[in-house]
Amino acid sequence: MDKTALLEMKGISKKFGKTLANDNVNLRLYRGEIHALLGENGAGKSTLMNILLGIYKPNSGKIFYKGEKVSVRNPKDAARLGIGMVHQHFELIPTLSVAENIFLCLDNCSFVLNRAVMEETIRAYSEKFGLPVDPAAKVWQLSVGEQQRVEILKLLCRNSEILVLDEPTAVLTPQEAGEMFKTLRKMANDGKAVVFISHKMNEVIENSDRITVLKGGRVEDEMLTADATVERLTRAVVGSRTIGMQIRKQEKKRDDVLVKVSNLNVNNDKGLTALHNVSFELHPGEVFAIAGVAGSGQRELAEALAGLRKVTSGSIEMNGKDITRMSVKDRISLGISFIPEDRIRMGLVPQMDLKQNAVLKDFKKPSFSKFGILKGKAVRAVAEKYVKNYDIKTGGIDLPVGMMSGGNQQKLLVAREVSGNPALVIAAYPVRGLDIGAADAINNILLEQSSKGACVLLISEELDEIFEMSDRVAVFCDGKLMGIRDTSQTDYDEIGRLMSGEIA
Amino acid sequence: MRIGTVQIEKRQIVPPGIRILNSVLFVLLALVFSSLLIIAAGFNPIAVYAKMISYSFMSLRGLNGSIKAGLPLMLCGLSVSVAFRMNLNNIGAEGQYAAGALLGGWFALFGPDMPAAAKLIVMFLLCAAGGALLAAIAAVLKAYWNVNETIVTLMLNYIALLFMDYLCYGPWMAPKQTSAITEQIPKDMFLPNIGNTGINSAIIIAVVMALCLYLFSRYTTAGYEIDVIRNSVKSAEYAGINVKRKIIAVMIISGAIAGLAGFVQITGIVHRVQAQLPGGNGYTGIVVAYLSRFNPIAVIIVSILFGGLKNSCAAVQIMGVPSQIATMLQGSIMIFVIAGEFLNYFKLTLNREKHGPGRLQDRSDMPGLKEGCKGKENYTEMKGASR
Repeated sequence: MDKTALLEMKGISKKFGKTLANDNVNLRLYRGEIHALLGENGAGKSTLMNILLGIYKPNSGKIFYKGEKVSVRNPKDAARLGIGMVHQHFELIPTLSVAENIFLCLDNCSFVLNRAVMEETIRAYSEKFGLPVDPAAKVWQLSVGEQQRVEILKLLCRNSEILVLDEPTAVLTPQEAGEMFKTLRKMANDGKAVVFISHKMNEVIENSDRITVLKGGRVEDEMLTADATVERLTRAVVGSRTIGMQIRKQEKKRDDVLVKVSNLNVNNDKGLTALHNVSFELHPGEVFAIAGVAGSGQRELAEALAGLRKVTSGSIEMNGKDITRMSVKDRISLGISFIPEDRIRMGLVPQMDLKQNAVLKDFKKPSFSKFGILKGKAVRAVAEKYVKNYDIKTGGIDLPVGMMSGGNQQKLLVAREVSGNPALVIAAYPVRGLDIGAADAINNILLEQSSKGACVLLISEELDEIFEMSDRVAVFCDGKLMGIRDTSQTDYDEIGRLMSGEIA
Repeated sequence: MRIGTVQIEKRQIVPPGIRILNSVLFVLLALVFSSLLIIAAGFNPIAVYAKMISYSFMSLRGLNGSIKAGLPLMLCGLSVSVAFRMNLNNIGAEGQYAAGALLGGWFALFGPDMPAAAKLIVMFLLCAAGGALLAAIAAVLKAYWNVNETIVTLMLNYIALLFMDYLCYGPWMAPKQTSAITEQIPKDMFLPNIGNTGINSAIIIAVVMALCLYLFSRYTTAGYEIDVIRNSVKSAEYAGINVKRKIIAVMIISGAIAGLAGFVQITGIVHRVQAQLPGGNGYTGIVVAYLSRFNPIAVIIVSILFGGLKNSCAAVQIMGVPSQIATMLQGSIMIFVIAGEFLNYFKLTLNREKHGPGRLQDRSDMPGLKEGCKGKENYTEMKGASR
């Protein structure tokens, strides 16, 4: 490993209005290493990287590249220096092919495109770094994981020496994430410097060489990964705040059946079978987890239970009553709550304000409207109650929820969904993309619901979360229910093998 | 982004005062632009504008004319606003107006004799029903088969207008008449003027309708549901809102209001049915709705202004100015106001600090201004950091 730093950021400060997003931050990157930037949402990780990329201009601080002071005024400057970034939201044009998307970002591209040469170059990089993708495929046909590979290939074709990835695993399945980290390692071995932003400690410990922890805009801790422990990182990330589940699981009796799903078949958006003959029973007061790699039918199951997706055959019963064809509205009044996976597309209306979102499901209840007229005061009161009880950070209940951070949006959504003492709470990836503080709060609300007697159906990809939260776990693979286990009587290994479809 | 010393910032919330100020500013700019064309045509724009304003708005008689011309526009504008508020592109106000006029006009011309009030009520309902029926065709196709409502409503316009032509040139044409008009409707069905102002009482219908729509969208659960559907159909379905039923209801209401334009025109102004009765008001209603930003109260005001514009053509024609000036002004106002929408979402501030030459590209001070959702993210990032 080269001992002099490839890149050094010194004393970087950045203000947004009155907020210090970066406060005198120092960061060094070396050739051949994978560097992890760890921190909660809003710790300043993305800001720092956006400064490196020239998207933001720092209020103070210097950047040294290969020992020389450089000024990065815009992303083009950064690209010329060999600094590139894969953003959380990909910047690809869906209707163009992979090769065309990569052409687009090249400066030295000749006027007449030589497709064959280009595709050959892409193929060479694909093979060298283990990024399998068909250069001729259209981007819209690719899975999220493949699109990410295209983004990485874009940087490689540009001969980037510093590659920054903003929360690269947030959109990937555990398997895809593993593959991606292998690629990152190959790039580091090739002499490049790789930086990834994350707030997952395990992934940082397993895949990086050095770790910088940001907290409140400052560097809280910096260490070699070899010296890192979960305890040390946790302390650096969340500070002295205590974490952990406040409500522990209790032994529950399983006599009553709340929901009975029999031989359920459901199609996905493309009209293909997403669930094959799935049967299970849910009991009041339990946390029932659904495990499986992404796209194993979890989303279709959740939507079928919530009434948002047509059931092709089979039945769903709740308290002995057939609800297979019942409308969403009637299911809501039966006490089925749903926390969808993509809260901005479904579940919240980002353009509307907090108070309007707070009554999205309850506005027709007599407490919020009479003869079709909304009761403004009651709506405000309930919104204020949610903000207070669930510690939602907001500029005010009259501001659009699109302006709130992801964690606070989720708190609002969950607050609303558990407000009516639901019988069944369907929670799809409820803490995905949230920082530890918000995730903790959400998990505690869900556990509280189960201790009150509600059944929580928890869909998750994180086995840690499943083992910590749930009483039973059902494992899905490719739309089939592979098995149901008590979490106290199984282990990661067995669940992992069920997820991969090895045992049934 | 900075251009010279001007800095552009994204607004998160647009205060209503700013909206109104911007609209007024850009209407003025449109007038400045049009004055160039008036100069090119060889007239003094100030004299032309002065004549238009004094003719249309400075006398009771002129104001009457403006309101009269604006009356069908009000209802068409309201009709379009209602549908557009739910992202339904009902551009069929023209046809729905005609359909309402035909159904109501048929009753007025050939219906049984009843007390005047009863006849007016029946005719009112039939006009609304006519417009609603035509809109319902597009609504059902949209709700159940997701057929594009823009195209269906547009094509239905031709059907309704041509059927109107057929009736007015054919079976309904008054004997002894050379133009395509019917007999007058019975005198007791003429809507009276308000006191001795000369303003027809039909305006009350439009104003009450606007008020109702305003209160409806602000305070009712149905108005709330429409807001949710406009912003996110997925979230509406998730919340158990019956989106199909709302599409049909909103289109029917929209069509009924356009149909009522037929009622006010027949009973308040022309007192008969005639070919091409809507006369493009259904389309101008789209412009009115846009300029009013789908706010029903604003629709009334903008309609009177547009009515005045049309009304004043006659006055400037005497000066030798072509009457197309009204259409030209309408067009440029529309383009300018829509272009001016930019200022509702971005704030321009003069920057008095001194800058070195290299700082023109400094985009760092505005977390809001990166394209689309990016801006939002940066904003949340910022908020997060403030904790």
